[in-house]
Amino acid sequence: MFDAHLDLPVVFGSLIGIALLVYALTGGADFGGGVFDLLASGPRRDRQRALIAHAIGPIWEANHVWMILVVVLLFVAFPVGFAALMTALHIPIVLMLIGITLRGAAFVFRAYGPATPNWRRWGAVFAASSVVTPILLGVILGAVTSGRMIVDENRRVVTNFYSEWCALFPWTLGFMMLSLFAYLAAVYLTLESQHDSELRDDFRRRAMFANAGFGMTAALAALAARTGAPHLFTTLAGTPRAWLMQGVTAFVALAAMAALYHRRFRLARALAIVQTTLVWAAWMVAQNGWILVDALSLEDAASPPSFLRPALVVLALGSLVLVPAFVFLFRVFKVRPTMP
Amino acid sequence: MIASAAEGIAGQRLNIHRTSDWPAGLSFADVEVVSVRALEAMLSPAFATQAFHMVIAAFAAVGLGVAGVHAFMLGRDPQNPFHRRALRIALPLGFAASVAMPLSGDFAAKHVARHQPVKLAAMEGHWHTERGAALLLGGIPSEAEEETFGAIRIPKLLSIMAFSDPNAEVVGLRDIPREDRPPVAVVHIAFQIMVGVGFLMIGVSGLALFLLFRNEALYSRPRVLRLLAWSAPLGFIAIEAGWTVTEVGRQPWIVRSMMRTAEAVTPMPHLIVPMTAFAFLYTVLAVVCFAIMRHHVIASPSSAELSARR
Repeated sequence: MFDAHLDLPVVFGSLIGIALLVYALTGGADFGGGVFDLLASGPRRDRQRALIAHAIGPIWEANHVWMILVVVLLFVAFPVGFAALMTALHIPIVLMLIGITLRGAAFVFRAYGPATPNWRRWGAVFAASSVVTPILLGVILGAVTSGRMIVDENRRVVTNFYSEWCALFPWTLGFMMLSLFAYLAAVYLTLESQHDSELRDDFRRRAMFANAGFGMTAALAALAARTGAPHLFTTLAGTPRAWLMQGVTAFVALAAMAALYHRRFRLARALAIVQTTLVWAAWMVAQNGWILVDALSLEDAASPPSFLRPALVVLALGSLVLVPAFVFLFRVFKVRPTMP
Repeated sequence: MIASAAEGIAGQRLNIHRTSDWPAGLSFADVEVVSVRALEAMLSPAFATQAFHMVIAAFAAVGLGVAGVHAFMLGRDPQNPFHRRALRIALPLGFAASVAMPLSGDFAAKHVARHQPVKLAAMEGHWHTERGAALLLGGIPSEAEEETFGAIRIPKLLSIMAFSDPNAEVVGLRDIPREDRPPVAVVHIAFQIMVGVGFLMIGVSGLALFLLFRNEALYSRPRVLRLLAWSAPLGFIAIEAGWTVTEVGRQPWIVRSMMRTAEAVTPMPHLIVPMTAFAFLYTVLAVVCFAIMRHHVIASPSSAELSARR
């Protein structure tokens, strides 16, 4: 039933990558919503917050399935890589976990608690953790890509618990992640606010600012990669084909900007998703068979094939449940967005 | 709804736990996993009995928890049709699940007796390997003196319960090297709490259900309603005690007979810091969650409001 040449570690590595992309496109926008909850301002402040809560409400918890999938796949398919990551990046991972927990809890507390000013303060916790958590996610991915992780001959990580992530490049990637999530959220929110042209314009403007911010932080991250993640930098700028890829990404970013400017919101959303996917693809290419760049390859970190084969079957069976459930969820809540 | 959610979580958590506690399908050489028979590991034989036990426990705990909340409200407002109806749903569910607990527990215990004799001995505070072993109720095990003091002994019952044979031999902790024993007092006392609280749940819910079916006499018995309200957390206490039994009872192994917990822990120093942080975080969340639920329960409509709406 399986092709003998099927490269299972690469299959699982790709699946983890795809789950990360879907997480950015769905869960990422939820974090971005929290960012705009924090930045809500002007005469329509409360309406902005209500729109965000309405948009996130029915799906925010389901979106975290993708992060859970990333963690579980990493754990079952690359136990050695999982152990290395969890050890060396213990501090940012624990902080991120606290951020995810606090964010979800605060969102629910604000929605279901009594409507008193004291209870509304949970909104601040929700907004603050929505800002901190994406930065930490970016820092973690940055550390993985930087090539700063060290693994000894027994494939055990060698670490002082901070030098992998306390560096310029991971943090530029953190801020890039934050602006990407904010950008996605603002673009999606323009389609959630069809009934209210003032709100729509608020988020149109925010989307354009966030897109510019994303471009700038991406440029900063690329500059920092020159010394901070040489492997990534070579992939991004080393060959003519890479420059072509950069050109296409920049073109899509500008087209998304133009679509927002001309109020072609559906087009803008499609372009934002393409733009995110292109940036993600560049990162995937740069990972190039490494789980920890220059330290641990997918091959070396993988579980034995006798485990990966049945795990792939289980995953396929699981997706028979997961994918239709998600399609249904999004059809119910997102295809025809309405707000009372 | 809550019960089914709890059930799902329990199922997943159990499967992971079972696999590491009953490592079918794994062979180790030094620290390398040399062979994995994945399906065998996932369908580990301990899964069925333990999952069954935990799923029913979720229904018992939630049934009695919900019944307790509505009993509390009925104590203030005995005529309220909303709380009466809710109690009529939750109480029979909680009672039926509570009655099923000792049965499923017996299956689980027989499995433990056959496959994890050390855990069984720790649960029972049983030190001497013997035929016709007595069951100990209560008591405090002393690891220094290798005896359990102050327990009520019921002759032969442990052999009967573990192996369905009054003269079956039950391995005692003295035959297990000290370094391979779990903390006996913790496991034994947690097990006594779990079983004791379980029978208390059957008693309280049985009494309340009896009064409910006898001409709805329950609603005019404020003391029984109060007892039911105080019993709301019992199921959760029993579940926590049960998890303590199974998790502490499998120490010092993280993968039984293959890898010790101490060998598996992260080299990250100062683990007390995240440990304290998470304990603090979840305490805060629990308190806030309780406050919100309290707010919603108190805000539910009174019988006067309900009749005004009609």
